Amino acid sequence: MSLAFSEMSSVVLETPLPDLSVLRGVAVTALGVVAVVTGALVFKVDSMARATYLLAASFVAVGAAVVALHLDYVGVVVVLMMLMEMAVMGVFMVMLMGMNPALMPMSMVHSKRRALVAAGASFVVLAVGILLVDWPQRSSVPPEGPAGSTEGGATTYSLGDALMGDHMLVMMVVSPVMLATIVAGVVLAQAQGRYARLGDDLRGTTQGGRR
Amino acid sequence: MGDVVQVAVPWVLLAAVLLGVAALGVTALDGALAARAAGRSASVGAQHPLVETARLLRQRRRTTVAADTLLRHVAVGGFVVAPLLMVAVVPLGEWVLADASVGVVWFNAVDVLVWVLVWLAGWGPNAAWSLTGGYRFLAQAMAYELPLMFALTAPAVAAGSLRVGDVAAAQPGLPHVVWMPVAFVVYCTGVLAFSVRGPLSPAGGAAISGGVLAELSGVDRLLVLAGRAGLLVAGAAFAVPLFLGGGSGPLLPGWLWVLVKTALLAAALVVVRRRLPDVRPERFLALGWTVLLPAALLQLLVVSVVVVVRS
Repeated sequence: MSLAFSEMSSVVLETPLPDLSVLRGVAVTALGVVAVVTGALVFKVDSMARATYLLAASFVAVGAAVVALHLDYVGVVVVLMMLMEMAVMGVFMVMLMGMNPALMPMSMVHSKRRALVAAGASFVVLAVGILLVDWPQRSSVPPEGPAGSTEGGATTYSLGDALMGDHMLVMMVVSPVMLATIVAGVVLAQAQGRYARLGDDLRGTTQGGRR
Repeated sequence: MGDVVQVAVPWVLLAAVLLGVAALGVTALDGALAARAAGRSASVGAQHPLVETARLLRQRRRTTVAADTLLRHVAVGGFVVAPLLMVAVVPLGEWVLADASVGVVWFNAVDVLVWVLVWLAGWGPNAAWSLTGGYRFLAQAMAYELPLMFALTAPAVAAGSLRVGDVAAAQPGLPHVVWMPVAFVVYCTGVLAFSVRGPLSPAGGAAISGGVLAELSGVDRLLVLAGRAGLLVAGAAFAVPLFLGGGSGPLLPGWLWVLVKTALLAAALVVVRRRLPDVRPERFLALGWTVLLPAALLQLLVVSVVVVVRS
């Protein structure tokens, strides 16, 4: 997954920005290299904790590269979300992977041959795609964002507009509904939750569920 | 008030010194209060951080079997860096280290970095109590992080900007804390929880023999203890531009007001922290999701309506 993200960052890299200074080019390239190397090391280490946080480091490098491309908000949010996600994922990885709990050193790979073929093939497909696709040249600078926004703000605004367009409002309404659904599902499914403790009416009068 | 000026990188040294002094101050206050509560001399208690620093600097580092030394070093080093990353976006009067256009989100990202640091500090020593502490912190984080995020959003929505300097400048006369007190309380709860100390943050609690701190010794322990005090101070410092009007105030210059407000809030947090009951992570989850989160969302709704009506 991190490899795919690194590919994406290199795609963005090839889009010429009007003010792409040499320094920024070097920064984005270096961060891309960091992202790929840390992503590859995920499969070399023998500890679930190290693998998890190498992946986090890879994503942080991607986020930094996105910031270097003037998408400040998107880049920092990538760092925020990925740190959070990897911290939680680490718990589940240790709990569920390997021969019961992965607190001991273990290999991070299995089905090596098939995995290598799949990884190699997808890399070739993505790389060929990057090279063959006729990327549009940027014809103008991003339009002005909301009043008072910075250059980074304007780029983020136009990216969001390009991705979502008219569907922005729908997405913004749907996302809290989805979150509420997830939370409600967890609350109801939880065997030690307050519904199990206090009963269905939450008054502690009826015996609801298991105790 | 008005625009803030981004200063050169070497000024980070001054930020580090201020942060260090403030961290020493809150630890001394904590020591004094603890000593007085135990019936001992408060001034002796206030000297505790200095005594402890001297002791830890001389203490030989203790290691455990099959410890993950690399990850422990990452965690220990990170504890020193994280508070600095937080205060980097806080304007000291008219100067700021990093005038980031998304400073509020940046602060949020760094406070999530604390999850990583605490868990790694727990994992590193390969010991049961440490690991338990690391897991407890993550469980607790599930409860405080989302309300904290929405509490951070409220002042940013009111100011119409994620730049910390803009948020500070958007409250002349009327600090945000006056008309968004719920967001302020939720934010302070989050600060108490992510500073890895006290009842809202049992990752290093006595109930699990010190948890993530159990196996830390010598300089490692010193840095983590200093770092968590630094996190409390950085949390207090960030509240100043967000809720307390930044550097605005009578008579004194802006930078001094920022320092005074930070010191007062940090001291208040230390005092309040000692008064709170211990909360187990699963009970804190119920509190976080059924009280803090709806309260923060309602606060955000009120702020948004005010912004729409005002414009």
